[in-house]
Amino acid sequence: MTIRRLLGALLLLSAPLAAQDTTRGVRIGLTYDPGSKPGVVVLPGRGTGADSIRAIIQRDLDFGDRVTAIVLDAQALGEASSAAAPNWAVLTKLGAAAAVQVTPTAAGLHLAVYDVVKQTTALIRDYPAPQMSDMRNWRAAVHGLSDDLEQSLTGTRGIAHTRVSFERGGRLWVVDSDGEQATPVTEPGSFQSSAWSPSGTTIAYNTITPPAKIMLLDLSAGRSRTLVTGGGVFISPTFTPDGASVVYSHGIEDGTDLYIADVSGGGGRKLSVGRGSDNIQPSFSPDGRRIAFMSARAGHPEIYTIDADGTNAEMLTALEISSGAYRSSPDWSPDARSVAFQARLAGTFQLMTINLRDRGMKQLTSDGQNTDPSWAPDGRHIVFVSNRSGARVLWVLDAETGRTRQLTRGDNARNPAWSPRLPSN
Amino acid sequence: MTRTATRLSLVILVVAGGLQACRKKPEPAPEPVAAAPVSDGGAAQRRADSLAALAAQRRADSLAAARSAATANEEGAQAALRRVLAQVVYFDFDKDNLRDDARAVLDAKASVLAANAGITVVVTGHTDEQGTSEYNLALGQRRAAQVKRYLESKGIAENRMTTQSMGDSQPAAQGSDEASYQLNRRAEFETRNASGALMRPRS
Repeated sequence: MTIRRLLGALLLLSAPLAAQDTTRGVRIGLTYDPGSKPGVVVLPGRGTGADSIRAIIQRDLDFGDRVTAIVLDAQALGEASSAAAPNWAVLTKLGAAAAVQVTPTAAGLHLAVYDVVKQTTALIRDYPAPQMSDMRNWRAAVHGLSDDLEQSLTGTRGIAHTRVSFERGGRLWVVDSDGEQATPVTEPGSFQSSAWSPSGTTIAYNTITPPAKIMLLDLSAGRSRTLVTGGGVFISPTFTPDGASVVYSHGIEDGTDLYIADVSGGGGRKLSVGRGSDNIQPSFSPDGRRIAFMSARAGHPEIYTIDADGTNAEMLTALEISSGAYRSSPDWSPDARSVAFQARLAGTFQLMTINLRDRGMKQLTSDGQNTDPSWAPDGRHIVFVSNRSGARVLWVLDAETGRTRQLTRGDNARNPAWSPRLPSN
Repeated sequence: MTRTATRLSLVILVVAGGLQACRKKPEPAPEPVAAAPVSDGGAAQRRADSLAALAAQRRADSLAAARSAATANEEGAQAALRRVLAQVVYFDFDKDNLRDDARAVLDAKASVLAANAGITVVVTGHTDEQGTSEYNLALGQRRAAQVKRYLESKGIAENRMTTQSMGDSQPAAQGSDEASYQLNRRAEFETRNASGALMRPRS
């Protein structure tokens, strides 16, 4: 049913899109059906870098968890595309609903999408891309194509062209969504946690060593500036959904409260009234009206919500009385339906979600210790820290299927923050 | 000290007398010669001079030893005072309240600080790695503030103390077990203007 709808949509739109089409994000696909993942074969292209492009796109589709990237060996690939046109019979036998081919050109990347059932070309599109030697931006262009492709196939834009910031060894690092290009973006210091601006161009982060600070890093310029500083601690910054302000936590000797500061400067203004307790880790609802945060006002960490102006504080998670109760690190889902957080269960931390409609809680992990959830912009994937493989590294969870993959190598990654969908270069 | 020196002098004289007796034994009987007689009084004088010099040297040595012992005692006392100032206090998981052992450490610390009014203190709160690092940063700050408040209650001026938190970023022990966690849930103390000799607290 799902594949049929996909193919119908592909067929309907294939004629007008047969010419070169530079319009991005046109929806030609179906509504995602979690019970069915259409099969897609990524055919080999021709030219320098074609094999790398095919590998990246195939992996992006796989990591998106909305289609089945059918992986073929060299012989099958040869059979599937031995002629100038796709070998429909072989592709049909493989169970593919669509086939994709990307060819590097002088100006960038040339995409062709084939409807296997109708045996037609469904989509032709060209994308600008830098030279392969500019690896970071070249990979970004390929990821952007993958996201467009996923939108065409499923109706939902992919998350391949996103990044994750995290802390390792007191430095802020950024890694691509596929685990490649892990790069430190600050000097060694006392960096702790970070948050992306809605535009994806700036990262807010906090430093620990006195005098503690909230800093703003301009990613294109590679420069940081101080937003607020002073005595005490400055913790867990996050941008307001309009990107105009940063909400963070600050305290000296009487607990910590939420503050808000305009990104253009002028200092912070107190939002929450914690009366000596700790109130940290703010996370905005997508509409910007509410903030989820962690508060220890009841004696131990629990998740609360508050209006954006600091009024109407309310405990979100039902108060747990047991010894060692500890719920923290809330992150409001991009679809506004739930809040992910970490909870201490039988001595170890696990990821959970709470449904905002019925307050139902769902445990997402149980293998090892799992902390610090951050939603991907698709509202489906979550990056988190886990020691399930021994070292403390970043993992990605598909909250719908439970499928996981390791994102980073090397120990001691902490406090991941998933970027919004990033602008093309 | 004088009594000790006198006792040492007596010991030296006794030893010297013994030495003299030992020397007399093997000495052969004087030969009956007609040459100018050797004066017994001159030899005795030389021996007496030698013994007096030896006694003086011993006295000087003993005085130096006594002075050195006193210095060592003072150095030990200074080291003990500095240990009190630097002594770490520990906390329970997710708590900032002071346990009895922490109060005892802080009481001793307050006494030394009270006797040395020029010293200022930086109190740094730390946590173990459990939980979230952001919360741990806040928790470390609360622990430092709690320590400061307690010392204030013991009469230490508020403006002599500053607080800061390093959260879980500077563990004292590297393990991921309760023994290591306990060592890491702590407040540390860095003193300033404490380079000179410290006054002992009034008992």
